[in-house]
Amino acid sequence: MSSYAILLGRQRHVFDDLKTLMAAASPEKSGDRLAGIAADTNERRVAARYLLADIPLKTFLEEPLIPYEIDEVTRLILDGHDAAAFSPVAHMTVGQFRDWLLSYECTTGALSALAPGLTPEMVAAVSKIMRNHDLIVVAAKTSVVTGFRTTIGLKGRLSSRLQPNHPTDDPEGVAGSTLDGLTYGVGDAVIGINPAGDNLEACIRLMELFDRLRQRFDIPMQSCVLTHVTTSIKAVEAGAPLDLVFQSIAGTEAANRGFGVDLNVLREGREAALSLKRGTVGDNVMYLETGQGSALSADAHHGVDEQTIEARAYAVARHLKPLIVNTVVGFIGPEYLYDAKQIIRAGLEDHFCGKLLGVPMGVDVCYTNHAEADQDDMDNLMFLLASAGVNFLIAVPGADDVMLNYQSLSYHDIVSLRHSFGRPPAPEFEAWLYRMGLFDSEGRLAPQASSDARRLIDYRASA
Amino acid sequence: MSNPIDLDPFARFRAVTRARIGLGRAGDSLPIRAVLDFQLAHARARDAVHGHVDFAGMAERIGATQPVIRLKSRATDRPTYLARPDLGRRVDPAAVAGVERGDWDVAFVIADGLSAAAVEAHAEIVLSACLRRLGDLKVAPIVLGEQARVAFGDEVGEALGARIVVVLIGERPGLSVPDSLGAYLTFAPKVDRRDSERNCLSNIHADGLTHELAADKIAWLIRQALRLGLTGVDLKEDMTGTIALTSAP
Repeated sequence: MSSYAILLGRQRHVFDDLKTLMAAASPEKSGDRLAGIAADTNERRVAARYLLADIPLKTFLEEPLIPYEIDEVTRLILDGHDAAAFSPVAHMTVGQFRDWLLSYECTTGALSALAPGLTPEMVAAVSKIMRNHDLIVVAAKTSVVTGFRTTIGLKGRLSSRLQPNHPTDDPEGVAGSTLDGLTYGVGDAVIGINPAGDNLEACIRLMELFDRLRQRFDIPMQSCVLTHVTTSIKAVEAGAPLDLVFQSIAGTEAANRGFGVDLNVLREGREAALSLKRGTVGDNVMYLETGQGSALSADAHHGVDEQTIEARAYAVARHLKPLIVNTVVGFIGPEYLYDAKQIIRAGLEDHFCGKLLGVPMGVDVCYTNHAEADQDDMDNLMFLLASAGVNFLIAVPGADDVMLNYQSLSYHDIVSLRHSFGRPPAPEFEAWLYRMGLFDSEGRLAPQASSDARRLIDYRASA
Repeated sequence: MSNPIDLDPFARFRAVTRARIGLGRAGDSLPIRAVLDFQLAHARARDAVHGHVDFAGMAERIGATQPVIRLKSRATDRPTYLARPDLGRRVDPAAVAGVERGDWDVAFVIADGLSAAAVEAHAEIVLSACLRRLGDLKVAPIVLGEQARVAFGDEVGEALGARIVVVLIGERPGLSVPDSLGAYLTFAPKVDRRDSERNCLSNIHADGLTHELAADKIAWLIRQALRLGLTGVDLKEDMTGTIALTSAP
């Protein structure tokens, strides 16, 4: 392992190894400071970036930040690396790679072909020397399209997760939030609920609730109960109408163990959902969530900065061919992302890194009440992500999640972004919205509820 | 013309959910009333996080009947407290050296946590309700912890030599409830106890767990923990036991 040094004026900056350099080059994050690996001066951060810019991309194949022997995520990354796909950029340094990403030669097609040749460490490294501008314009060139009953990630579309959480999973309460969201055209990525309890029977009841609603109104949609993968496997065995298998994942084997999963059980979850063959336009059956800081909070980060660990989670994700993946960017709290500046930066980094690796990336634009952020900051991030071509965003009624006690986007925000950017929902779902009279002839929310829309709002979940 | 029921087709859901549904819209956006209602709730939650507990006044009131010790964590201010949970879990070293070890069954710590409003509204009432139920136990001086997290109680309990520590602490505020108190019980407290070694009661507030029921549960958990010699995942809260205790004199 080599150390890295640079002389800036009269100050010599030395970094013991590659992971120390990566951490020091990272934009300011409270989590890296908490871990004791952040640059202690602003100059040292930029010194690290000069050095990082000159490191060959190949180095990340030769010097794993977390040893191959002790971590199955490292093994997945290195064993699965596609050298042929990597070859167009194999001679580049991190800095040259950044310039190439911004160049005219770097097209959507080139990025799609390159994705299997990139590792999380490469994309994390290049993101650290990219400004927010760069993260947005390069991500906007990527295209990652997936499908189940709707097609998500098509150019010029913006999808959304409808999140009808309720503190006690009361079926009518859940239905109220769901029906409200559908009238705003939200839910084309997934109707996904975080269940209040993790027990199998309660989860199956929710799956049945959404499946009845789907069939009653012939909605091209998929639902997901965000329970542990092992519970979803049991639900499949019990014959429940499960569309997608959910799991929170992280970028190290130890952090995944903290979530009670490993690669094997994740693959089993995927196989279980595939066995049901419930998809109509595609067979992407996984929904995964991530977030910077989760490995640190599980004391499973191996001294690697939180953004690089997050990018490694996307290697786990892409292995599972998911329908949708999102970072829950502001949920974890101020000890990992202190304020809106850090949350916004992390949201753009996560979206960029995921997309470059070929992951169908969305974002939960969100914050907790002890972070230095508010709804104005979420407005900023949602517009930036829409510019960056995000596949989907999460929305809850009035931006207030009454079960998880944090704030996300509102249904209104999704409508507003779609109109501001001219990006309608997934085509199958959009057609349904027109059929139901929920959209007017211009794709706007219909001013007067049609009789079909009225039937939807009057739907009784418990009937 | 629409009839009055049509004006709020979501009325039937409002009894079963606090979710902000059926808000209406101004163009694509939220109507002004909904925007301001949200801002008010967020403002209250922020004020709860950044508010100060009047520990001096609290020390005076509790001190009238109980010995009180005031301690600070290693987090010197609120921004440090929020960014560095490790510092909020440890006691200021100069102060902890002055804590006298004793032979105590239980120690109570009142910690500000993430909601000053919760501590101001509920902590003293829950404490005295607990003390009424524990007259036969040796209770350590009441500790008031400033800029303190749950694990702060581990070091305090260890220094006091208490067999069990109960931390009453302000929970992270949501928009609907800015003043929710939590109670965390840890047997044989010492630095670096894991969260799986604790029992927790949360949602003590006006629309949640009442002060008296919370005290019933805390007292029941204390007695069970002392009897079994543990807290955590192996100690399940049992409502039957709680009810039996409530009906006792």
